[in-house]
Amino acid sequence: MTDNDTTIKTLPVLTAKDFASDQEPKWCPGCGDHSVLQQLKQVLPELGVAPENIVFVSGIGCSSRLPYYLATYGVHGIHGRALPMATGLKVSRPDLSVWVGTGDGDALSIGGNHFIHTLRRNPDLNVILFNNEIYGLTKGQYSPTSKIGLRTVTSPSGVIDHPFNTAALTIGSGGTFFARAFDRDGKFLRSILQRAALHRGTSLVEIYQNCPIFNNAAFEAFATLDSKADNTIYVEQDKPLVFGKNKNRGIMLDGFTPVVVDLDKDEFSTSDLWIHNEADINKASILARFADEESLPRPFGVFYAEERVTYEDALAAQIKDAQKNGCWTLEELLKGENSYEIK
Amino acid sequence: MTDTKKTTRQVNVTSKTSVSVLFAGDSGDGMQLTGTQFANTVATHGTELNTFPNFPSEIRAPAGTIAGVSGFQLQFSSKPVYTPGARFDVMVAMNSAALKANLKNLHRGGIIIAGTEGFDEKNLKLAGYPEGANPLHDGSLDNYIVFPVPILQLTREALKESGLSSKEVDRCKNMFVLGLLYWLYTLPLEGTMETLYAKFQKNVWMAEANIRAMKAGYFFGDETELFANLGRFDISPQKQHGIYRRVTGNEACAIALTAASKKAGLELFLGSYPITPATEILQTLAKKKKYGVKTFQAEDEIAGIVSSIGAAYGGALAATNTSGPGLALKTEALGLAVILEIPLVIINVQRGGPSTGLPTKPEQSDLFMALYGRHGEAPLPVIAACSPVDCFYTTYEAARIAVEHMTPVICLSDGYLALSSEPWKVESPDNLAAITPRFQPAREAGDPPYLPYKRDERQVRSWAIPGTRGLEHRIGGLEKQHETGNVSHDPENHELMTKLRAEKIARIADSIPLQSIDNGPLKGDLLVLGWGSTYGAIKTAVEQAIEKGYSVAHAHLRYIYPFPKNLGEILGNYKQVMIPELNNGQLVHIIRDTFLIAPESYTKVQGVPFNEMEILTKITDLLKEL
Repeated sequence: MTDNDTTIKTLPVLTAKDFASDQEPKWCPGCGDHSVLQQLKQVLPELGVAPENIVFVSGIGCSSRLPYYLATYGVHGIHGRALPMATGLKVSRPDLSVWVGTGDGDALSIGGNHFIHTLRRNPDLNVILFNNEIYGLTKGQYSPTSKIGLRTVTSPSGVIDHPFNTAALTIGSGGTFFARAFDRDGKFLRSILQRAALHRGTSLVEIYQNCPIFNNAAFEAFATLDSKADNTIYVEQDKPLVFGKNKNRGIMLDGFTPVVVDLDKDEFSTSDLWIHNEADINKASILARFADEESLPRPFGVFYAEERVTYEDALAAQIKDAQKNGCWTLEELLKGENSYEIK
Repeated sequence: MTDTKKTTRQVNVTSKTSVSVLFAGDSGDGMQLTGTQFANTVATHGTELNTFPNFPSEIRAPAGTIAGVSGFQLQFSSKPVYTPGARFDVMVAMNSAALKANLKNLHRGGIIIAGTEGFDEKNLKLAGYPEGANPLHDGSLDNYIVFPVPILQLTREALKESGLSSKEVDRCKNMFVLGLLYWLYTLPLEGTMETLYAKFQKNVWMAEANIRAMKAGYFFGDETELFANLGRFDISPQKQHGIYRRVTGNEACAIALTAASKKAGLELFLGSYPITPATEILQTLAKKKKYGVKTFQAEDEIAGIVSSIGAAYGGALAATNTSGPGLALKTEALGLAVILEIPLVIINVQRGGPSTGLPTKPEQSDLFMALYGRHGEAPLPVIAACSPVDCFYTTYEAARIAVEHMTPVICLSDGYLALSSEPWKVESPDNLAAITPRFQPAREAGDPPYLPYKRDERQVRSWAIPGTRGLEHRIGGLEKQHETGNVSHDPENHELMTKLRAEKIARIADSIPLQSIDNGPLKGDLLVLGWGSTYGAIKTAVEQAIEKGYSVAHAHLRYIYPFPKNLGEILGNYKQVMIPELNNGQLVHIIRDTFLIAPESYTKVQGVPFNEMEILTKITDLLKEL
């Protein structure tokens, strides 16, 4: 069914422009979604996959308009169901590069069940979760990632629901890849999207995305120049967890408890610090919980990456095994295995 | 077989045309297995056959109680049979609850083979008989021919040196009954012996114990004086020569989807969530990997259909199967499939509702939901199977319509068809209709832009699947501009698209066969119009009414939306139209609404199929009034 002529070799050199559709994005001015779209358009040409072999699938919400703005194949589905739609597509067409655009409401509220089950099955999908901690399209109701106390039109006295921790939920669901990025840091976001594309399995990228209309400045602490350095930590494989304006602070593990230490004092050096290891699920789980602890900086980067067989590969292997003595014919199907002859 | 013949005494063998048998016992007594084995033997013998299992929804309801009774009914015959029989001629009752639950459906003068151990004080009490009463002794069964057989004791004697534990020995008692019934109907034991050896390949001793119990039952028939007066029976096989297989409705649905995918040159994808009584479709397809079938057991009903929509978008023949509560959950996604205009087969195996309702019992009460159960204007084709074998042809037709008309199609079955079985003369691939997907070819530089919602003369759009160069496009649940498929909120455009989607479905009537009269005169006093699993009961009743000289005909609808083009004309050819349905009257509304006539509605909502006597009585009552 697929056009097999399209290989990387014969591809003309594509640019971001080649991935822009003829539709004008309808997101509000200043919305973080514009940045994500910009970075995607830059990353896609670098992947060496022809546009006709890329599909963007989405659910409902501001973020789910994403497919309309990219010159690839795209399906804009129904609320919360982007992941099973993408799974069905990937299982039946493993040759395609399948991406999902979703939001905190779409993926974690109405689509919560699909979220956990997709992660444990691990189909090879690149999932971009735009987390703005609010419902934007329906005009400002609190979402499952909204902070306690947030006053919205449906929580006039403040949110009382404990929010989901996306990283912990991903790792707890058996996900094989979790990374966090930020709409305002385009370069870093591009590097994360590239990593996600390369990971075979479900890559979950949570992007902190500012909604200037209904939840403005939700992530301001990680954005402004004076507070950013002390409030964020960018994790890198095999590197110690160091942060702060002068790279003078670090994270050390005291048993299972992360502790912030001051490297300027003689007591500790970088060799005492936690060394980041994407393959360590226990450390990734602790890292995921930083978001629940105000005294700790917010981590960005690839928390966890595990090589595990994808769902579609496991199914294809079973089919290959069932067909090891040849494919069965329509005649054989109709006759069945327990037919009998009446003479 | 030689050894059994040797020992068979000369007992009279009477020829009969057809017999209906019920195997009934506690749900732990193995009655489903016994019935299935008996049906397999009868089918291979070449007699016509129709089976119907009837069991509680609990895996193990309290033993010995009425709630725990499990039954397997079958009718086998020298001439075609379409139902398991309105009443049975023979009832095997392994315990008193089985007798009590089913006696009302035994013919007067019918045979009861009662396992006496199931009529002890404890069992009688569990079945709710008053203290001291025992139907085997108190004369209450004087209108029947009763054979009390100590089934358990005889099985234990036969297996006393088998080395089996006493629990394992007791479990073989159903094989004793099976052997006894084989003797009674002069049927061979070989088929079941082969099955047992195949089943217990690794425990040959277990197969041998079961066979010993079965033979003990067979010889018991021979040796006891009990059956001397009754004698044995013979139903002579009359089936045409050929290769046959026995299928249940659910199996037939699964085979049809696979066959349609092969014929269309598409990969089959089934996204599904287990639900009674539809699950066997998923189970059967999960075993069809050698045909390249991909099944996906989703986390819920919604993911089941949505994953199928994803697969259909990718170019697969995609299907999902479910029952009422599941169809309710799938309705939003069905609307998406309607507006995306992609092929999708939805098999809904109806059960008693609303809510959890009667999960194991058949009903035809999802017709309205199939036709109307979506928000917005969202028409889609609805077709219904009328017999286990017809589940194959109807599901295949659903796939053809879906692929060739780019639409989701609902194919209705029910719990009766799903689990019933009948012999099916193996179909030749050449007899199956071609299924031609209209894939949009790749676009070359200089070609005009691709228009995803450009339609052909039937208002059908093309199927542009990812991987095809030059056709990159975006579609979704938002209303689309005519032809371009771009998001559009234009008022006139929405109305146009609504009408185009409706017209596309209505025009399917151009490509489906005209409605035919199944049986009876082309003009007359009464037309019995049925749909779905009521076919067998209506067919049999109308046959009998015609024999009695009534002017009555039978038409059975496969295509419910759109209707065959000549249906209105047919309805006008009869003084009266009667519509029997296993619901509170649904098709009757649609017929009334479409054709402005006033049909007689005849409904039954008891979780059990119509039997032919009920329909016949209704026919004769109506014609008396005319």
